[in-house]
Amino acid sequence: MSAVTTQRAFRANAAATDPVLEIKNLSVDYGYDEDPTHVLRQVSLTLNRGEVLGLAGESGCGKSTLAYAATRLLPPPGLITGGEVVFTDRDGQQTDILTLNDQELRATRWQDLAIVFQGAMNSLNPVYRIGRQIADGIAAHLPGVTKKEALERAAGMLELVGISADRLRDYPHQLSGGMRQRVMIAMALALDPQVLIMDEPTTALDVVMQRQIVEQIAELRDRLGFSVIFITHDVSLLIEIADRIAIMYAGEIVEDASAQDMYRRPRHPYSDALLHSFPPLRGPRRELTGIPGSPPDMSNLPTGCPYRTRCAHVFDACAAITPELVAPAVEGDDPRRSVACLRHDPATVAAAGFEPQPVPVELQVR
Amino acid sequence: MSSPHEEDPPVLQAIDLRKHFPVRGFRSQKVVHAVDDVNLSLYRGKVVALVGESGSGKSTIARLLAQLMPVTGGQILLHGQDATVKNRRAFHQYVRKVQMIFQDPFGSLNPVHTVRYMLTRSLKIHRGRLRGVELEAALEELLDRVQLRPAARYIDKFPHELSGGQRQRVAIARALAADPEVLLADEPISMLDVSIRLGILNLLRDLRDRLQLAILYITHDIASARYFADTTMVMYAGRVVEKGDSESVTQDPKHPYTQLLVRSAPDPDDLEARARGARGEAPSLVAPPAGCRFNPRCPFANDVCRTEVPPLISVGEGREAACWGYADREDRPSLGSVLDAYGERPTVDATLLAIVKEDDR
Repeated sequence: MSAVTTQRAFRANAAATDPVLEIKNLSVDYGYDEDPTHVLRQVSLTLNRGEVLGLAGESGCGKSTLAYAATRLLPPPGLITGGEVVFTDRDGQQTDILTLNDQELRATRWQDLAIVFQGAMNSLNPVYRIGRQIADGIAAHLPGVTKKEALERAAGMLELVGISADRLRDYPHQLSGGMRQRVMIAMALALDPQVLIMDEPTTALDVVMQRQIVEQIAELRDRLGFSVIFITHDVSLLIEIADRIAIMYAGEIVEDASAQDMYRRPRHPYSDALLHSFPPLRGPRRELTGIPGSPPDMSNLPTGCPYRTRCAHVFDACAAITPELVAPAVEGDDPRRSVACLRHDPATVAAAGFEPQPVPVELQVR
Repeated sequence: MSSPHEEDPPVLQAIDLRKHFPVRGFRSQKVVHAVDDVNLSLYRGKVVALVGESGSGKSTIARLLAQLMPVTGGQILLHGQDATVKNRRAFHQYVRKVQMIFQDPFGSLNPVHTVRYMLTRSLKIHRGRLRGVELEAALEELLDRVQLRPAARYIDKFPHELSGGQRQRVAIARALAADPEVLLADEPISMLDVSIRLGILNLLRDLRDRLQLAILYITHDIASARYFADTTMVMYAGRVVEKGDSESVTQDPKHPYTQLLVRSAPDPDDLEARARGARGEAPSLVAPPAGCRFNPRCPFANDVCRTEVPPLISVGEGREAACWGYADREDRPSLGSVLDAYGERPTVDATLLAIVKEDDR
């Protein structure tokens, strides 16, 4: 077994019992009127210390909303209607981010949780030099630090992400897209946060640059030991860099498994279809179909399982019962993984008076 | 997938295509070398993919071929005839044959018009006065071709009532209304949801087969070029660096840049074979490097690469690569494996890291 794989396996085991961020039953609505759209419905997700958790799904499935709600960055008309987000500090102290007041929240941001937003082009202020933008954040959180020290620290951060320190006095427009994205990462890491949330950090970049950024994140994570929530629609990229992957569909998590399990042994029909939506660069060339239909309208979801209108394995119970996350009904599966599909949940199906159906063959690959 | 037959003449051909954009500024003589010396042929019923990173000039080529802007140098031939348009009328004649689909179906459809209006307008412009039953039949046929069935469900919709994939289908239908011979598709799937991208590619492939369209498919995703295109051309900094049938270009890339590109794409099956430590970025096109434009990033570059521009050199059946490493001359650079050359991970200075960690406590 290769060094990389061993290392990954080791990390996955070590991380299993040490949560740093726990999202519990988080619900988010858009709109304040009588009939709001429920964009997140009782989502629970745990991020372990030192882990890279990938969050994948189509646009509009709520993956960015989840990240923003968990950090209280949700813009109106987004409204958190329930749940809690528990952050565990390095010394074991727990705080619910959703109950913090403004001042505490300000202190938490950057220091404990940092976000790298989608589109680095728009995240930097075009009229300030990048050195000052990084130093500002440092100065705001560490009051004892002088301006000079903060700038030195900013220079160090730039070197850390592979930009030479003499670019400190550059304006954002003097940097290329890839470099701006790295400046954003440097900024996010400047206060040594414990959780880094990256919202499509590489979508606007070409593959060579994407590879460089991703390698850099992996490298820094190994050395600095932060945890990452990596949001993207590119599942093949996630399989490479994430330890664990959660797939979202229509505001719910439909499957949660380790990266290799997700890739080799997907259990939810949607995960399986999503994995086969990308033409492969290697291996045999074959006809692919994508997923029929389009993502559901969140304000007008079908009853039961939201994926049933596009699913190839739909049966009568799917329209009546909303599936919950359960352990997959395939023997020998990792007990920590879960899937929200009625094919894996015969007990619930039987209890509701329907005939349980077996798990389709292609979803029980060992 | 064989390379196009020589006896079948190309529908649309570009010879030594060149586009330079002037750089603004007082008495500025500088230009951006967006496209240089590009030769390209589109054949009936064949798809040519143009792959490259952003800023490599691939969209500029599409716009030049659509004659949305004048060329700086070179020629565009339609059925072997010079097709450079000089007036509105000639342009009108030209676009009847060569149609374009844009990247963003949200921006390319006018939000205040219905599908019916947009398609009718295109039909009237390109096919003359159609009325009543004839018009209805033509509209229905168009929507049927792009698999929006039943037509009645979509015909009176506004763009905002349609999903991204449906909108892109309407944009394709509008292009087909002219009954073109050539379709220029500029990143037709990159703005769409991952689950419906393949649907659009399969539709375009179906149109290629049924209507014998010549398609230019522009993309930054080399895997989709492999899936969809017969021939793949790879661009770097305004020049074509490699050309050949899609399967061999992606499976056995010859040019160091193509190798880097293929090795950089995520591939869950093969976590080790990664071009890891690749550094550097595409060069400035205002003052492109002398010689091969990839030479500042290329691990194998030598003096030849830094002084002389490499031509496209034959590297196998129907394949060409613009790299001196394949030239038959004494002073050529020796090519090695990109994997070895880029095998190192980027290293972070440990002392620096210690400082950063220390400050924090």
